[in-house]
Amino acid sequence: MTLLIWRRPIHPPLLLAQWSASTGSCVSPRCVGYSASQRENKLVHRQFGLERSRDRHKSRSKDSRSEKSVTINTPPAEPLLGDSAVRGEQVQDDNWGETTTAVTGTSEHSLSQEDIVRITKDLEDSVGLDCRRYFTRTLAVILGLLVFLTPLAFLVLPHLLWPEKLQSCGTACEGLFISVAFKLLILLLAVWALFFRPARAGLPRVFVFRALLAVLVLLFVVSYWLFYGVRILDSQDENYQGIVQYAVSLVDALLFIHYLAIVLLELRQLQPCFSVCVTRSTDGETRHYNLGQLSIQRAALAIIEHYYCDFPVHNPALLSASKSRAAKHLAGLKVYNVDGEFPAAPAEGEWDPAAETREEAEHERRVRKRKARLVVAVEEAFTHIKRMQEEEQKKAPGDVMDPREAAQAIFPSMARALQKYLRTTKQQHCHSMESIQQHLAFCITNNMTPKAFLESYLTPGPTLQYSRDHWLARQWTLISEASVTSGLKDGGVFLLKCVDFSLVVTSKKIPYIQMSEEYIDPKSHKFVLRLQSETSV
Amino acid sequence: MSFVPGQPVTAVVQRIEIQKLRQGNNLILGFSIGGGIDQDPGQNPFSEDKTDKGIYVTRITSGGPADVAGLMMGDKIMQVNGWDMTMVTHDKARKRLTKKNEDVVRLLVTRKSLEEAVKHSMGGYPRP
Repeated sequence: MTLLIWRRPIHPPLLLAQWSASTGSCVSPRCVGYSASQRENKLVHRQFGLERSRDRHKSRSKDSRSEKSVTINTPPAEPLLGDSAVRGEQVQDDNWGETTTAVTGTSEHSLSQEDIVRITKDLEDSVGLDCRRYFTRTLAVILGLLVFLTPLAFLVLPHLLWPEKLQSCGTACEGLFISVAFKLLILLLAVWALFFRPARAGLPRVFVFRALLAVLVLLFVVSYWLFYGVRILDSQDENYQGIVQYAVSLVDALLFIHYLAIVLLELRQLQPCFSVCVTRSTDGETRHYNLGQLSIQRAALAIIEHYYCDFPVHNPALLSASKSRAAKHLAGLKVYNVDGEFPAAPAEGEWDPAAETREEAEHERRVRKRKARLVVAVEEAFTHIKRMQEEEQKKAPGDVMDPREAAQAIFPSMARALQKYLRTTKQQHCHSMESIQQHLAFCITNNMTPKAFLESYLTPGPTLQYSRDHWLARQWTLISEASVTSGLKDGGVFLLKCVDFSLVVTSKKIPYIQMSEEYIDPKSHKFVLRLQSETSV
Repeated sequence: MSFVPGQPVTAVVQRIEIQKLRQGNNLILGFSIGGGIDQDPGQNPFSEDKTDKGIYVTRITSGGPADVAGLMMGDKIMQVNGWDMTMVTHDKARKRLTKKNEDVVRLLVTRKSLEEAVKHSMGGYPRP
């Protein structure tokens, strides 16, 4: 269902007739015009004003209040839409919507082309990975069951198959039962602790060490079964104590294999061996980390986890802002050849560096001015509310507000200053109105000062701090010349690509250090005066 | 020129008389001294016995009063105007040499070549 909104003022009754005819189902004004600017919304609302249904009235009054003070562009809690809206409007121009027509999508779920690509990519990849994950899980469970039931089977089978011939179990033998039981319990807990943890990630290739260990365990158990089958089952051995000891030796060996697993999987990479340098390709943010001996895919996983915690969030608006500033300068200095030939290339060396520094200084000044106004506005807003004491609770039950309502009450007085600041620092798409109000309620609940509230808006924090919708990086691709299951090497390079940017990773080996020893006798610390003056007379 | 504690020190000395030269506000002699009982005797390049803490001449300005008077580098100063210089601090030695009210200093200095010359001429051990 496509809706058309005409910009130019049209005879209201005609429009209403059009609307009521085509929009049979209730289309609230909120659905319409989501990917357009706020001005469209206002126009539609005014024309809708004659239909006073209850929810429309509520939404309209809310928006009309927003007309006065809040014009934050991103609508609440619709991530995909918010992104596409921002990408479409690089330059904030208030007269933008005057003479254009807009085609809005069907409902609040209109998508841009890029988002469609991203979603399909996510879908098909997640399906493939899920299959593989379940497959490995089932294999692991089967192997685990085999391993646990084998000793029990070794103990039980003689009783089932040749109970008459079997020697009775003496004291030592029964003692061994207890040891088998407890060792199995310890093995169970240890395997649960090491292997049954929620998976952190889906890696492109098989985890080599785990696969090797699984093969080893399988071979081991199979060889024990072979021996058991040939020497005990076939010959129907009567010495039950020997059989119990055989089962105990199996469990002991399994515990040792588990120790090997701990060393290979966990301990080996703890000691730092390599220093990796991670650089973001768009803005050059660089960090250095120390990693142990890992395969490339595991190193990439560790680096991505560090990325989410350390790197400031990727802000594409900042890059385009600087580029547009530079482009404006170059554009202003084009040199044309008037003799009718092709225009000469813009004289690159002749741009005015002084002008660019001047503009940067002016931008800085603007940011500082807005920040000062923002700080003042927030501090004043925070003085409007105070925490209610216990005694006052009985006096005025009517005015009592919970944190969310308190936040909504003081938000409009600081909203304009906050929005202007965010726009100047190009962060407006990272924070939606809903998230700001939530953060404000959180700060009020925890008795934080205005400065603490503002801290998350003044500096860009790590990616994890923002809501999932604004991460802009969820699907990572590892690009490497060497095989991803091979280990890190000195001077190795690989790339971690996501949709908007890539991380370039170089690794350097920590050198081998040769240290020698020198002994100093504590009694050998003796001192003499070394005055040697020469005076001329 | 080592000394035995408690015994008098004997040495062959040369008497040198230096006329001080007036340079601006100062009276200068034209040489530098080193050594003293508060100094490190091991650093003295001119002494034979590295425990000798006497005052030695370390530098002579050529053409200066000391050079004219015949003082040589490496000489050990035994007396200045009658005052003993074998057991003094470095600063005391400096003060004795740079008294403002004296125009002339009479030094008794000794050096290795003096001893050898006497030995050579007397054919042996100088009788006390």
